[in-house]
Amino acid sequence: MSTEATIRNYILENYLFTDDQSALNSTDSFLDKGILDSTGILEVIYFLEDEFGIKVEDTEMVPENLDSVDNIVSFIAKKRQ
Amino acid sequence: MQALAERYEAEIINFDRDKEVDRICETMREVMRTKLRRRGVVVAVSGGIDSSVSAALAVKAFGAKKAFFIQLPEVDSAEDTQSRGRQLIEHLGVDHTTHNIAATLDAIGCYRARDEAIVKTFPEYGDGWKNKIVIKGGLDGQVNHFMLVVQDPQGQQHEKRLDLREYLQIVAATNYKQRIRKTIEYYHADRLNYAVVGTPNRLEYDQGFFVKNGDGSADLKPIAHLYKTQVYALARHLGLPESICNATPTTDTYSLPQGQDEFYFALPYQEMDKALWARNIGASASELAAMLGITEEQAKFVLQDIDNKRKTTHYLHAKPYLIEAMPELGL
Repeated sequence: MSTEATIRNYILENYLFTDDQSALNSTDSFLDKGILDSTGILEVIYFLEDEFGIKVEDTEMVPENLDSVDNIVSFIAKKRQ
Repeated sequence: MQALAERYEAEIINFDRDKEVDRICETMREVMRTKLRRRGVVVAVSGGIDSSVSAALAVKAFGAKKAFFIQLPEVDSAEDTQSRGRQLIEHLGVDHTTHNIAATLDAIGCYRARDEAIVKTFPEYGDGWKNKIVIKGGLDGQVNHFMLVVQDPQGQQHEKRLDLREYLQIVAATNYKQRIRKTIEYYHADRLNYAVVGTPNRLEYDQGFFVKNGDGSADLKPIAHLYKTQVYALARHLGLPESICNATPTTDTYSLPQGQDEFYFALPYQEMDKALWARNIGASASELAAMLGITEEQAKFVLQDIDNKRKTTHYLHAKPYLIEAMPELGL
């Protein structure tokens, strides 16, 4: 599964309780749309560290890296470089 | 910019204390008379400023004979907060009891569950060590996250970021403290046919700094509309003991001293009051920055943090959701 699909499915399954792909756009802001709150973002970080074997540093815990599917995909790509 | 500080001074600092005390007491009596229909009030007295002012207001509203105070210490309660609680009880002359909840917390597994999560982060943690949780991120535009600070028996402090599972387990375990306390408050309320007074100030209430079904549970919350600065002002106005008027707000929940601003709020309460008030009147980040002497970017993050906490903790305020309305119950 692609990084994008892994993240998208995680959000759909755990926070939107659906497998309807149209329920989430890749650019949707998790915080602005009320999909995740700050505890939810911490859960996503935990998931990313576990799933992709990366370590998210304190300074990287900003919305630009974590607040949408697209943002996370770019962030993971950057971490893997 | 100056106008904002002046307005804060006029509206929040220089509020009419006599009028406010009268308004609160009259509303408390009205609520008891028409909604709660109980004969008096139970107040858990922690020794902190909020419960002290709430207790004093309850006595003013109903009289000392219609109040019952409870002290509910456990092993991590600081001696000075317990001593301030005793001073308040003596000062107000109210019937009271002390129920140490350590054995109950031990039996239910509070300390064991907490320590299990701490040991996962610091394997050397054990007897003679102390702990607290510190929040980070809100002032820097980062997602709020939590550090575990432990102190070894030699007094050396160590700090690590908490993994989510351990953070949630430590918070869940320590929340037993507030929930057990509330159970005991309601035991006495039921026994006496009294109502329970909840003691959050506006910052705590607005920002969700309470435990659902723990300290968040009550029949009446007389100071939930008052900024913390105003609660301190009322403590002096009501003539409470000097030690209470000068007390620094702490959580009194972890074994290391922990300021509320370390655990939850982005700034100390004096500044958080101003930030929350600025948010409520729709002031801009630049106006808030000038008022607090911080950068505009930091002010923006503080305002965002206020909104985030409102969103994250909204469910703590909410009643259970029903599948359909039940108008016959007024729900």
